[in-house]
Amino acid sequence: MNQMPSFDSISTRAAAATPVRIAARVRGLSDTAIAWLFITPTMLLLLAINLFPLIWTIQLSFTNYRANRPNAPVRNVGLEHYQTILTDPDIWARMQATAHFVFWTILLQTVIGFALAYLIDRKFRGHGFWTTLILIPMMLSPAVVGNFWTFLYQPQIGLFNYLVSFVSGVEPASFQMLGDVSLSPWAIIIVDTWMWTPYVMLICLAGLRSIPDYIYEAAEVDRASNWRQFVSITLPMCLPFIMLAVLFRGIENFKMFDLVNLLTAGGPGSTTELASITLKRAAFEAWRTGYSSAFAVIMFVMIFGLANIYVKALNQVKAR
Amino acid sequence: MSANAHSVVEPSAGAKLAASVLVILYACVALIPLLWIGLTSIKSPPDSIAYPPKVVPFVHFTPTAEGFCNLFTTRSRQTPDYIAGLPPSTGGCDEVARSRNMVVVGASNYVPRFVNSLIIAFGSTALSIVLGTAAAYAFSRFRVPLKDDLMFFILSTRMMPPIAVAIPVFLMYRELGLSDTRLGMILLYTSVNVSLAVWLLKGFIDEIPREYEEAAMIDGYTRLQAFWKVVLPQATTGIVATAIFCLIFAWNEYAFAVLLTSGEAQTAPPFIPIIIGEGGQDWPAVAAGTALFLLPILVFTVLLRKHLLRGITFGAVRK
Repeated sequence: MNQMPSFDSISTRAAAATPVRIAARVRGLSDTAIAWLFITPTMLLLLAINLFPLIWTIQLSFTNYRANRPNAPVRNVGLEHYQTILTDPDIWARMQATAHFVFWTILLQTVIGFALAYLIDRKFRGHGFWTTLILIPMMLSPAVVGNFWTFLYQPQIGLFNYLVSFVSGVEPASFQMLGDVSLSPWAIIIVDTWMWTPYVMLICLAGLRSIPDYIYEAAEVDRASNWRQFVSITLPMCLPFIMLAVLFRGIENFKMFDLVNLLTAGGPGSTTELASITLKRAAFEAWRTGYSSAFAVIMFVMIFGLANIYVKALNQVKAR
Repeated sequence: MSANAHSVVEPSAGAKLAASVLVILYACVALIPLLWIGLTSIKSPPDSIAYPPKVVPFVHFTPTAEGFCNLFTTRSRQTPDYIAGLPPSTGGCDEVARSRNMVVVGASNYVPRFVNSLIIAFGSTALSIVLGTAAAYAFSRFRVPLKDDLMFFILSTRMMPPIAVAIPVFLMYRELGLSDTRLGMILLYTSVNVSLAVWLLKGFIDEIPREYEEAAMIDGYTRLQAFWKVVLPQATTGIVATAIFCLIFAWNEYAFAVLLTSGEAQTAPPFIPIIIGEGGQDWPAVAAGTALFLLPILVFTVLLRKHLLRGITFGAVRK
């Protein structure tokens, strides 16, 4: 409370310095007017650059429009693209690859990220310094990093293979993280987990620090064990933060493009071809704009639907 | 009692030691790829692909500026006779190039791409924070009709895969003359970042007790004055943390950049992976480009480390 400025003197001076009519007008701005004044610019930007393109995409999804032939006649094909996509076993294989990627990255990042945050919150000497170091990977561009990891994953000369062989004794040229059908899905999970665990950690750390000391003090007074405190105080109070981190990572990884595009570009074959890479191939290599718009709409509906359910759960947890 | 209460929540020495060992171990392993970027940037191309890997500078390999030279210049291969006939080299990168039977023919595109990244990242972050703080305050404090729906709409704009947005945005920008311009990219990145900004900042502002503003307004402040002089200073930590997230996103963004820019407004991320030397990727040059690209964000984050780590102060005011 001692940081509170002295409002009396400031407001008196402000009132004295402000012409009466302006003061009256500003004072007259109702809370409702301020609310709309503050929200409208953001809404207009989002309408122009997000909602409008979405509507355009939906409209394009019913046509055979091709962006590389803007002058060709456009025919309305109805729901044909949707039917093709939803009955295509290849598309479902891509969805499966995406689900595998999302599930494992989120599981690993949440477990490791929360554990790290919990350890850092023990406030040992120098924890600030090490936290900063740990945060570095998530600051790098996924594209630039993905590109460099292809170097680390080289079978003969790559550092990753060298270190694995150093630890396990396996011949460094005997396995290809990016070229092997069974290893490449894990290669992209490893890089994504390496990059984004700090993100989850940072949000969890904010959650841990949001828990006031007096709650732990009260638990101590009640002689609650450390484990009991962790389960009844730490975890529940951190849960909204963890869930928020999972939400953001889940959405980001469902539409994952940059990291994987530069690591494997979907290969070998289509083993790591996540939904966004399929979309990019259809839209910018095959130039099937209508078809890819339909696929984009399907992806959006899936993300939107899942996130909608998730946010309801998040709000319930917060309300508790 | 208060000294006692402090010691109660303080972890034991053993717990601290165990925690520090585990955290430091994780940090060291996680930093290996970054260390490797740094080391590769000062190796010659043959040293960079040697097996077993060369680790210690001056012991296993001689550091060289060749990677940085190759990053900043374009070169062409010439015959030794031609090079012998040239006037003496001006030193530096010229010298390095000549030792590989090459001649520097000009500057590469790295610097212009880097400058584009700077302008677009800082421009869109500033815009996102201004828009996001205002909207977050309104959502936090006022009865906005359909508040939850609007908040969810703002979040939902992040759910669209960038590739899906790219085609209509490209067509739209072509109409408006915004394609491959910095302004176009700033607006696009702002539209993506503002949703994160509103959500994060609303959380931060929710934590600032309303009593502060109410006290100020009772003392004669208008709502806007209270927002400007009471809420904003209290929200600094949150705003800085949010700005860092926005900055990181805009700086690193690749999908829109690679699909919507080709020259004028191209940023560094689509450029760095296409740095190639003779016979494949020039890894020291790529590593040099990556290292320089990381540096501004690194410095910025270290400077603001305290604000980032202080995090959120729930209920610090209530007794």
